[in-house]
This record gives sequence, C-alpha cells and structure tokens, in this order.
Amino acid sequence: MLQLIADGLVVGSVIALGAVGLTLTYSILRFANFGQGEFMTWGAYLAVSALAVVLAATGAGVMEPLGPFSFGWQLIVAMILAAALTAVLALLVDWLLFRRLRRGNAITLVIASFGAALALRNLVQFLYGTLPEYYTREIQIAIRLVPRDVLGGLRITPDQMLVIGLTLVLMLALQGLLTRTTLGRAMRATAQNPALARVAGVDVEGVIRATWVIGAALAAVAGVLAGVVGQVRPGLGFELLLPLFAAAILGGIGSVRGAVVGGYIVGLAESLSVPLVGAEYRAATAFVVLIGILLLRPTGLFGERA
Amino acid sequence: MELLPVLNYLAFFLVFAGIFAVMALGLNLQWGFCGLFNVGVAGFVAVGAYASALLTGPPEPERFGGFGLPVAVGWLGAMGFSGLAALVVGLAALRLREDYLAITTFGIAVVIQLVALNAQALTGGPFGIQSIPKPFADALGTGLGWNLAYLGLVLAVLGLAWWALERLVASPWGRVLRAIREDELAAASLGKRASAFRLQSFVIGCMLMGLAGAMYAHFVGYIAPEDFLPVLTFQIWAMLIVGGSGRNAGAVLGAVLVWAIWSAAGTLIREALPAAEQARGAALQVVLIGVLIAAILVLRPRGVLGERATVSRHAG
Repeated sequence: MLQLIADGLVVGSVIALGAVGLTLTYSILRFANFGQGEFMTWGAYLAVSALAVVLAATGAGVMEPLGPFSFGWQLIVAMILAAALTAVLALLVDWLLFRRLRRGNAITLVIASFGAALALRNLVQFLYGTLPEYYTREIQIAIRLVPRDVLGGLRITPDQMLVIGLTLVLMLALQGLLTRTTLGRAMRATAQNPALARVAGVDVEGVIRATWVIGAALAAVAGVLAGVVGQVRPGLGFELLLPLFAAAILGGIGSVRGAVVGGYIVGLAESLSVPLVGAEYRAATAFVVLIGILLLRPTGLFGERA
Repeated sequence: MELLPVLNYLAFFLVFAGIFAVMALGLNLQWGFCGLFNVGVAGFVAVGAYASALLTGPPEPERFGGFGLPVAVGWLGAMGFSGLAALVVGLAALRLREDYLAITTFGIAVVIQLVALNAQALTGGPFGIQSIPKPFADALGTGLGWNLAYLGLVLAVLGLAWWALERLVASPWGRVLRAIREDELAAASLGKRASAFRLQSFVIGCMLMGLAGAMYAHFVGYIAPEDFLPVLTFQIWAMLIVGGSGRNAGAVLGAVLVWAIWSAAGTLIREALPAAEQARGAALQVVLIGVLIAAILVLRPRGVLGERATVSRHAG
C-alpha cells in the first residue's frame, strides 16, 4: 500500500510538471495543446544529446555519480540545456504555426497542435530511432524507509525522492513568479481578459512568449525526470498526454495549484488502480478520472471560471 | 507492364480510398457541419471493425463471439455499437466546452486501444482476429474478380452514405446544424436545442466510422490493434482538412488525395531507404501528414473544395 502511494507520487510529479505547462497555455492562449506531451519527449531526447555533448566536452567518458544519485552533475547541465532548447522549439512552433492561426477559431488551434504533435513525435522517432535510451546504466539500490511489516513497507531510490522534491520546489517557484512578479501579474491578467490586459499596457505577445518558455521548459524537465526514473522512449510524452489533460481539468484550467494537485491525484489513482484492474489497464485510469470530473464538476477543483 | 497486377493494385487502392471516404464523410458531418472536434476516429472505427468481426466470424473456442451471422448483420451491428460508444462519450462531453470533446474522444480512443490489446477473450489481444468472412468469396474466389466486386460494394455504400448525408444536411435538420455551428445563441433563441442536435450529429458520424471499420475488416479479413492507432485519426483529419470541410465532395476528394499522397510517400520511402532504415522512414511518412495538416490550415484554411460562404441576400 505505502509502496503504491510512493510510486504514485513519483508518477504524479512528472504528470504535475507537464500539466502545469498545459494549464498555463490553455488559460493564456485559450486552446488545448495536444503538443504538450511532445515537448516532454523532446526535452528527454535533447537531454540525451546534450549529455553526450557535455561528456565529450569535458573529456569524461562516463558520468561519476553524484552522491547517492545514479547520475552526475553533467546530467543537470544537460537538463538545463534541454529545457532551454525545448523552450526555443516551442517558440519556433508558435512562430511558424500557432501565431498565424490565433485570430481564427480556437478549435483550429487544437487541430494545428494535433498536426504539430504528430510531426514532432515522429521526427523524434526518425532522428533517434525506436529503441529506448538511458541517461545512465548505474544501478541504484532502493532505500528501505518503512519496514515490510508496516502496511507492506516502502522502498524508494534517491532518484525518485529527488523527482518529488524537485517538482515541489519548481512549483513553489512558479507560484511565486505568478503571484509576486510583474510578469506573473501580466500573465494572470491576460488569462482573465486579453483585451483588457492589452488596453492596460500589457505586452500580450510577450506574455504569450513567456508562457511558451515556462510551459515547454517545465515539460522538458518532466521528460528528463521521467527518463531518470524510467526509460527515454519516443512514446514517452504521448502516453502521458491523457494523464496531463485529466490533471489539468481536474485541477481547474488556469490554476497552477490545481494542476499540481490534479497531477498527484491522477498519479496516485493510476498507481492504486494497478492491484484492482492490472497493470495493462493502468492508462485507462486517467480516462475514468477525466470522465468523472467532467460529469461531476467540469470547472475542476480549483477552477476560476466556467 | 502486366495489366493484371496494375488493375489489382488499382482496385485495392480504390477500396481503401472508398473506406477512408466513408470515415471522412462521418467526420465531415461532425466537424464540417456541426463544429465537433472528434480526436477518437480510430477508436470508433475499431469498435465497428471488431463488432462486425465478432458477429460474423466463425466460432472460436478461445474467444467470445464468432456467431457466424450474415455480413450485412455484422455491418448493421458495427454501426449500432459505434453509435452506442458515441452516445456514451457524447452525453458526458457534449454539454461542456467544445475542446473538452476533443480531450474525451482522445481518451476513449486510448481506452479502446487498451481493450483491443489486452482483452484477449474478446478481441484476441495483440494477435487480433483472423478469418473474418469475405462476402461472396464462395462465388468469386479471392482474386481480381472479388476485389472488383468488393470495390463495387464499397462504392455503393459510399454513394448511399453521400446521398443520405446530402439529403440530411439539405433538410431543416441540416440547416439547424449549420446555424448552431455559426451562432449557437441565435439558434437557441429560435428554440433549437443545440445539445440535442450536436449529439445526433456526433452519433450518426460515429456510426459511419464504425461502418467503414467493418468494411475494412471484411476486405482485409484480419484485424489487430495496430490497425487502429492514432495515426488513422490523423489521416482522416488530414483528408477532411485537405479536401475542405463542410462539403461532402471535399471529404471524398480529400480521402482520395491524401491516400494517394500517403501511398506514394510510402512507396518512395521503401524504394529510397535500405531495409534497416524502413521503420524510421515510416515515421517520416507520418511527419509528412502532420506538416500537411499544419500547412493547409495556415495557407488554405478552407481546403481544396471548401464550403462557400453563405451570405443572406438581405445582409449588407
């Protein structure tokens, strides 16, 4: 039982990071971006390449593990590079595609994001192939936090703890950015009423760019973390897309806090459903959560507007 | 060049184009006439294909189904089950924001794919269902004659669907659909319940997709979960967007065009790349479709044969 909860928290962290970006673009750009999952995939793969570059540049053949973790400082540098590059990718897609469609119907943007997602996912598959990649081959020993006779016990690796911790730190930082800085206020104003924000002197195009940068960078970090505790595969982001949407809608579109809470709820629901329905139907749990919230409370737990 | 293989390939190509055209017609009813964004096309097609395969197939001890019913019953059953799935999804999602339907249909397609892969006792799991009966194969064999006969059948169904849809959208019912798409508030103020019309259009569109799925199953004679991956949904969307949504002719033309581009790109990649790179080449084929959707949306949003703007003579 405890073990399932811990696993759910790790998966939930990845979902939460991705869902925050989704909920931001949803509320500020006003469309459901089916490409969000692909930013996670691209982030994870760009980190693979960045890691190779960093390792080659420093002349170190293999990573020396950092403390209890399975990876060295090189992966942290690679993750930051990957986040920056994914943000550039998001801006590029926006400039090529979404910017030109913004005046039209919101659903046109959804279709466009659908086409973009398809192209991005298969481009990864073309460039990197279909075989899974790993950042490190280091085997980690899980630490036993709770003995086996208490609620089934709990074992967790330092990497997994880092995933949960880093997610919480990033979310607190983002919450601070949104509530305490001028950019954050401008973003929230644009989400509420773009026309009014523009009249009040908010640079709406700048806000949109900032939204893409934040959303894509967080997605890239989520992708790297998913790769650290699992494998880097071309389907990584696509398989998380449904949980991302479920988390964002569960939390209420536009609410960062809601997306985080939603991410953890979906992660826990997936993990706890495994003994009930079997691992092969794990992915269907997110759909059940989604239908449930749409039927019971379509504005979500922390929804700001209908 | 031998004539027979060319004819055979042509028949094969056109049967697929016809089946895709039926799916595109269903999607056009939903998106083109009603503005409903369905991202689960592959799921509804799969429901139809599996339903018909189970209803008409020979009994199988390991698996549920195999009732050996006539093919026509299987096709009607396919429409019924796809319509039922659409009804469930529609009731949950249609009363909400329009993009929630997109997310929900995406989800149902994922779940249907999971069931197809894992519910061995119902769907045969990853190996799928074999020996789906081919109609009139007893009389015609399985050569060119049968391919041509099946082509005739597909074209007849396509024609029937086209005729029925043209009648439907020209009727007062179709006018209400377009009115809702353009201005829901105005339509509602005339006493038209938007949600009911949306649900009807969504269910009928999905029934056509199920029927197309059944036609696919009985043509190939074998279905497996990987026949109904999200890329199928993308293909149908590309067809509708390229051809031009809002007109049935656009949907059918788009089906033929995109299927031709897809097949040509596939052949080109097979010829140009060594065997080891084939899997990566297939990915490039999908990139092409994605870029095509995006490019048409930006450059020619109405498609090749888009709906003409209808402006009242009194406006002005």
